[in-house]
Amino acid sequence: MEFQCDPTSRVPIYRQLMDQIRQAVARGRLRPGVRLPSVRTLSRELVVNPNTIARTYTELEREGVLHTRQGLGVFVAAPQADLSAAARRERLATALDRFLTEAFHLGFSADELQSAITKRIRAFQFADSVSNT
Amino acid sequence: MSYAIQTERLTKHYGDRRVVDSLSLQVLTGSVYGLLGRNGAGKSTLIKMLMGMVRPDAGQAELLGQNIDNLSNCTRARIAYLAEGHPLYGWMSIDDAARFTRSFYPRWNDKLFSQIIEHFELSRCQKYRRLSRGQQAQVSLALAVAPEPELLILDDPTLGLDTVVRRDFLESLIQIIQRQGHTILFSSHILSDVERVAERVGVMVNGVLRVDCPTDTFREQVRKLVLEFSGHPPESPKIPGLVSCRQAGAGLELVLVGYDDAQREAVEALDPRSIAVLDLNLEDAFIEYTRGPRRSLPSFAMENDDAQSTRDQGAA
Repeated sequence: MEFQCDPTSRVPIYRQLMDQIRQAVARGRLRPGVRLPSVRTLSRELVVNPNTIARTYTELEREGVLHTRQGLGVFVAAPQADLSAAARRERLATALDRFLTEAFHLGFSADELQSAITKRIRAFQFADSVSNT
Repeated sequence: MSYAIQTERLTKHYGDRRVVDSLSLQVLTGSVYGLLGRNGAGKSTLIKMLMGMVRPDAGQAELLGQNIDNLSNCTRARIAYLAEGHPLYGWMSIDDAARFTRSFYPRWNDKLFSQIIEHFELSRCQKYRRLSRGQQAQVSLALAVAPEPELLILDDPTLGLDTVVRRDFLESLIQIIQRQGHTILFSSHILSDVERVAERVGVMVNGVLRVDCPTDTFREQVRKLVLEFSGHPPESPKIPGLVSCRQAGAGLELVLVGYDDAQREAVEALDPRSIAVLDLNLEDAFIEYTRGPRRSLPSFAMENDDAQSTRDQGAA
């Protein structure tokens, strides 16, 4: 996976990297068990303070996206179903409400949204998620 | 928690001008601190005081736990300094410069020095004055880094360097940062470089350290508000945390530090027709913060050249 960073962005570098990793995992480009570059390697490649990379990895570990194996490195975590089905649905509902609000203000109808979502899911290449109700 | 650099109300006057005004700052060991400020803000004078090249008029400072008034040679050998403009003796070859510099330091990593020199495709027998600006900077960096100093103080190290050399320099800096426990203080005008490597920034304005916080915090806290008014905008609004206020057409551009409820209420109390809150990147945050209250250039009057010339030809 190719990482990029834009030091002229309004978004702090560590958050840019977090977004890139999260998206790569969601798209299946980074699969569970894959090892991420070491802090040293990535900081040298991106020409960025190693603490920034460390912070990226720490935050993603806290979110459960990555996990560290002592002495071995940082790996993509297996998708965890640590939230109950109800909690997951509630979170999804909140995210959907946010999305629908924005879509409304952009002037889209419900039908337009349905087809847009279908098309987008296909293009996104959703990775296999934890199959749960 | 130890500090590699600590200053307490450091002050320097030139005539009746306070070039460095009661400056207190602390740099944690092992961290990277970016010192920012416009030209003439006092950054170089501050650094020269730390290095003992300029005597303070008031205040104290400590480097690696020792007072700068009586730094032991042992402590000096743990500190390296890259002066503004990379000055070195022109007649020296790179090898001469290495032998000269290493005589001041008990620790000298010659392999590292060679690595850097070779990476930049220089040879040790080249004379300093024959090198380009960029090459001189690279030699300076190699000389500063080879003693493996615990504290590295860099005064505008990328001044005058081209984009590629600047990137090379930054890469070398990253390698140094990766060695644990090394502290770096550097002053710079390249905000994107600072965003990449500095964990903490200090902003000097007219000799005063007005900002001293994590890089992220500075960037997040400085905001630009664009207010539109139906009628005449207020002249000098009183808003907490206001840095500057500029009239822009029928509106106001405010630069604020922070945006809490009290500030929001104060802005809304001005009764604008609309409020737009803009987040800024580090460079824009720095510009807006240090620009000053009345800095917008008057717009240049544009003439309709085509119409004029045909008329003139007719007249001639």
